Amino acid sequence: MYLTKEQEAMLNGEYGNIISKMMRLLVRLGDIYNAEKMIPIASVQVAGVSYKSIGDPGLEFLQDIAKEARVKVITFLNPAGMDLEKWKEMGIDENFAKKQLEIINAFKKMGIIISATCTPYLAGNLPHYKQHIAWSESSAVSFANSVIGARTNREGGPSALAAAITGFTPYYGLHLDENRQPNYIINVKAELKYNADFAALGYFVGKEIKNKIPYFKGIKEADTDQLKAMGAAMAASGAVALYHVEGITPEADKVSTASLEKIEFGEEEKRETYEMLNSGEKPDIVIFGCPHASLAEIIKIAKIVEGRKPKTPFWIVTARATKEVARKIGLEEIIEKAGGKIYADTCMVVSPIENLFKTTGVNSAKAAHYLPGFCKQKVVFNNMEELLK
Amino acid sequence: MKARTIYPGHVKGVAMVSHEPIGFYGGIDMKTGVVIEKGHPLEGKSIKGKILVFPYGKGSTVGSYVIYGLKKNGVAPLAIINKETETIVATGVILAGITCVDSVDIEKIKDGSIVEINAGEKEAEVIF
Repeated sequence: MYLTKEQEAMLNGEYGNIISKMMRLLVRLGDIYNAEKMIPIASVQVAGVSYKSIGDPGLEFLQDIAKEARVKVITFLNPAGMDLEKWKEMGIDENFAKKQLEIINAFKKMGIIISATCTPYLAGNLPHYKQHIAWSESSAVSFANSVIGARTNREGGPSALAAAITGFTPYYGLHLDENRQPNYIINVKAELKYNADFAALGYFVGKEIKNKIPYFKGIKEADTDQLKAMGAAMAASGAVALYHVEGITPEADKVSTASLEKIEFGEEEKRETYEMLNSGEKPDIVIFGCPHASLAEIIKIAKIVEGRKPKTPFWIVTARATKEVARKIGLEEIIEKAGGKIYADTCMVVSPIENLFKTTGVNSAKAAHYLPGFCKQKVVFNNMEELLK
Repeated sequence: MKARTIYPGHVKGVAMVSHEPIGFYGGIDMKTGVVIEKGHPLEGKSIKGKILVFPYGKGSTVGSYVIYGLKKNGVAPLAIINKETETIVATGVILAGITCVDSVDIEKIKDGSIVEINAGEKEAEVIF
């Protein structure tokens, strides 16, 4: 791979051991995937933040990096294992909190913005069309590539961090136009009414096509929250990092769909996917916001619950910035009166909810995928309206 | 059979084969090395010390840390053989120093058989 003088110097240790180690990781990845060179990147999203996810090995790894290295480009952070302010109220134990705050401090020291959200594009880190970025967080990768048309591979937590510290990423994969062509056509015949329907569609497609690129036909309209839910599900059940939706996403009319294999998503497939995602009956808690709730979603929930109390208590998880706005415009009050809570900086998958609940209700297929194994939960997967009855 | 080196090493061990992709985050317990993803063909089995054979990684981008953590906790697989190693697994094995090769026709490897990997910086082969 071609390296500039500056990149060579980084690799050879002229900027210190950590930068050299990070550059070595990127060069090795570049060599494996036949990158001809490194390219500068505009921003980074770093995943692997929750103590529950990365444990002590991850914490030590990050503390080592933080001793020497600082990020070179705007770098946002994925959710942590708890609300960084209201963790006691959430029922998080002291030891977990202590470790989590040590992780956060290491990131802070590197100059990373403690955004603690999986939806950086809703919280102030918004790339533009064709801009090269190095993001981890599979749902954010999917959104940035597909809905915005930015260019990123599915970075692992550490490779994203390496890109943030060096300012570069190897030029391969989805950074190249020729690798953004679809492999399958998905004919959507089922009615898509709720966000959960979009999530089910995404879950089905990820399972079917695994790491390939789908081209959706038959989706008449979809808002960004629905696309967010669909993309997140596809990236959880499979490894889909890019999708195209006819008439909706920016590259859909630029790619070729001739002679592609077709897969149908009808009412039957929708029903089967709902069944597959359901393993529980009566939730102890309902949690919205996987990926993190947008302000539009919080408004929707507030409208549904205003003036009444759903039979199951519920949480909304979101970015700190969104929660602040929700509080200022009176939504948090409506939600708390209805027995709900808004928590920031975290989510139901990365916080230790297995210590608090047994059955969780969600309208997110991504959450429904992770909750049974990682959080020992039985899951009720349904639409928002049903879950808030 | 020829392969491509993702991370070099020379190892010999028992193959544990999954024809389904593996998501390390939420799929494998970092402390024990046991597969915890519900309904996964390897659910309940430990990958510790095995030559883990699967088509490619899936799911969360935090998977790299899980691979690194498995190694630190002494419950990592001895090596990994993929059909196609994607970035998440590649990053994990490079950081952890776990021998890994890809571009292998994994259909031919039998679960429980003895497999040898000779992966140099440039060339690699898998013997089974």
